[in-house]
Amino acid sequence: MRLQYPSNIQIILVPCTGKVDALYILRAFEKGADGVYVVGCMEGDCHFNNGNFRAHKRVEQVQKILDTINIGGERAQMYNLSSSEGPRFAQIAVEMDEKIRKLGPNPIKLAKKKAA
Amino acid sequence: MIVADKKPIEEIIEEIKDDEKILILGCNECVTVCEAGGKKEVGILASALRMYFLNQGKEVKIDEKTLERQCDHEYLEEIRDVMDQYDAVVSLACGVGVQFMAEKYQSTPVYPGVNTCFLGVTEERGLWTERCQACGQCILARTGGICPVSRCAKRVFNGPCGGSTKGKCEIHNEIDCAWQLIVDRLKALDRFDDYENLIPLKDWSFERAGGPRKVVREDVQQ
Ligand code: SF4
Repeated sequence: MRLQYPSNIQIILVPCTGKVDALYILRAFEKGADGVYVVGCMEGDCHFNNGNFRAHKRVEQVQKILDTINIGGERAQMYNLSSSEGPRFAQIAVEMDEKIRKLGPNPIKLAKKKAA
Repeated sequence: MIVADKKPIEEIIEEIKDDEKILILGCNECVTVCEAGGKKEVGILASALRMYFLNQGKEVKIDEKTLERQCDHEYLEEIRDVMDQYDAVVSLACGVGVQFMAEKYQSTPVYPGVNTCFLGVTEERGLWTERCQACGQCILARTGGICPVSRCAKRVFNGPCGGSTKGKCEIHNEIDCAWQLIVDRLKALDRFDDYENLIPLKDWSFERAGGPRKVVREDVQQ
């Protein structure tokens, strides 16, 4: 399909979104990621039954933590789509890119630069 | 197992806000099973705290470690060599672990990272319920294996009380009446006649009411 999506997005492959731990997402923010989104299969379509539901809960958990520590919970998001929806994948990437640009850079990245 | 629940991060931040070198110390036993204080929870808390302090412009060193247990000398000894590197420890063990840490390392403040709740079971993932209050003299043999001390709101010994309604306790309609459960179980065991045998007064001195308790087993002492 050769669809275009923002080149600043780094894709990390996992066998199922159920493998995505809250800690993975937090570590990404700790390392300076401006936003993290988890893209899982459609709800009800998980090959392992509830991997994407688990991922959803973990994203919510991370959102709460990010809000508590003033990083901003909206920087973490969960999307569901099926593997055949290439255009939707690209559209989500654009959406997320815009959302994070509006929020500005991860304050941790700035704080790290200041501390260095 | 001992069931604990995570403390809000804000509360932990308040505890450690003046320290600069902190060890977050997990426990591999009960608190790991109830997902409150194991290696994973240590990682999540440590990561969140590192980001919080960095964002505040404060340089705080936050390290992570998880011991096999915090209620035994041998495991707590594993950190003796590194303890002088820290201003404080946040222990994600139950209150037992926190206290044993504090006893052992007198000059380092130890803060609790979880709220220790009760002795209970995992009914399903994310749902833990109370089963035992460690009263010191188990009567489960007489009550069909259901504990009126921990599960009856009034700790009634020859129940039910007058508040039992349709199998539920009068304090909340979601809580089973322990005595209804006892009656049902005695019937299922074909031992309902036992219900007629009054349970004598309990000696509460074996329970917390008798002050701090201890178990001495000379046969296994060294
Ligand atoms: S209703 Fe049942 S569980 Fe509740 S206090 Fe009375 S006997 Fe105990």
